[in-house]
Amino acid sequence: MTMLSVPVRESDHIYGDASARVTLVEYGDYECEYCGLAYPIIRQVQDHFGKRLRFVFRNFPLTEIHPLAEGAAEIAEFAGAHGKFWEMHDQLYANQSELGMPLYLAIAESLDLPEQGLRAALADERFAPKIKDDFLGGVRSGVNGTPAFYINQRRHDASYDYEVLCSAIDTQLGAER
Amino acid sequence: MSQILAPGTSAPAFTLHSAPEQTLSLGDFRGKPVILAFYPADWSPVCGDQMALYNQVRPEFQKHGAELLGVSVDGVWCHQAFAKQSHLHFPLLADFEPKGAVARTFGAYQESAGVCERALFVIDGNGVIFWSFCSPMAVNPGADGILDALERLPK
Repeated sequence: MTMLSVPVRESDHIYGDASARVTLVEYGDYECEYCGLAYPIIRQVQDHFGKRLRFVFRNFPLTEIHPLAEGAAEIAEFAGAHGKFWEMHDQLYANQSELGMPLYLAIAESLDLPEQGLRAALADERFAPKIKDDFLGGVRSGVNGTPAFYINQRRHDASYDYEVLCSAIDTQLGAER
Repeated sequence: MSQILAPGTSAPAFTLHSAPEQTLSLGDFRGKPVILAFYPADWSPVCGDQMALYNQVRPEFQKHGAELLGVSVDGVWCHQAFAKQSHLHFPLLADFEPKGAVARTFGAYQESAGVCERALFVIDGNGVIFWSFCSPMAVNPGADGILDALERLPK
């Protein structure tokens, strides 16, 4: 059984309440098309479970095959530093085929994020250490590709179809009753 | 699943093509740990490709002075195209002729499918297998087992 080696912590991007009975952690890459396919499914799963589920997103950019993934992750982290991680996360996946500076600037403007600050953060690679930290934690947790999911610390090796994910989460809810 | 060679066994010597005009031998790496990753085929269709992952984790392997070698029954030209497309920075060895001969010596050949198992070996600087692991064909084993083994290697 492959387990999450880095517990959910304050520096994570967490959607939902700490009291939620199930935690779903995703290791993802903004340029990975499979992560793009999983994105709307996760939203559906979140809607379905509401407060019973909290969702955590960690970066796992495979930059050698996805040259835009690191930049996109840094943009998401920049937005996160301004309290708008999920807004940016949503927009990046919704516009996955257009990743690049023009898209980042357009989203930043719509979210009221400072353009100069954004450019400076990218130039300084300010968020690169955090992303690397996510990546290495993922490697130690047995992430074997993206997206990789962990449900209450356990790697979810089955598919990430809506029904399969819901059923796996239901099992956890049952287990914790 | 095949019975792969266990820790404590001397790794069988081999020489395989890493490029059309180039061969590599296990003995070339004496004195440093070698990660030998047998895998079924180039061109796995998913982002979860094992070689792409190891390529990305390679700097962590290098912190332990370890060399990474991928092995499958694909030919050199196939390996070359695959490595180029995935920007791989480590050698892929062609266990091509006689097909799977090296994989067989490690117990890492699956006769029925005619391909290498997903079998991992961490070989120490003296050429002795320190850790080995065989994953079900459909499951990318990730890199955590390799890193754990490298950390446990006596310095």
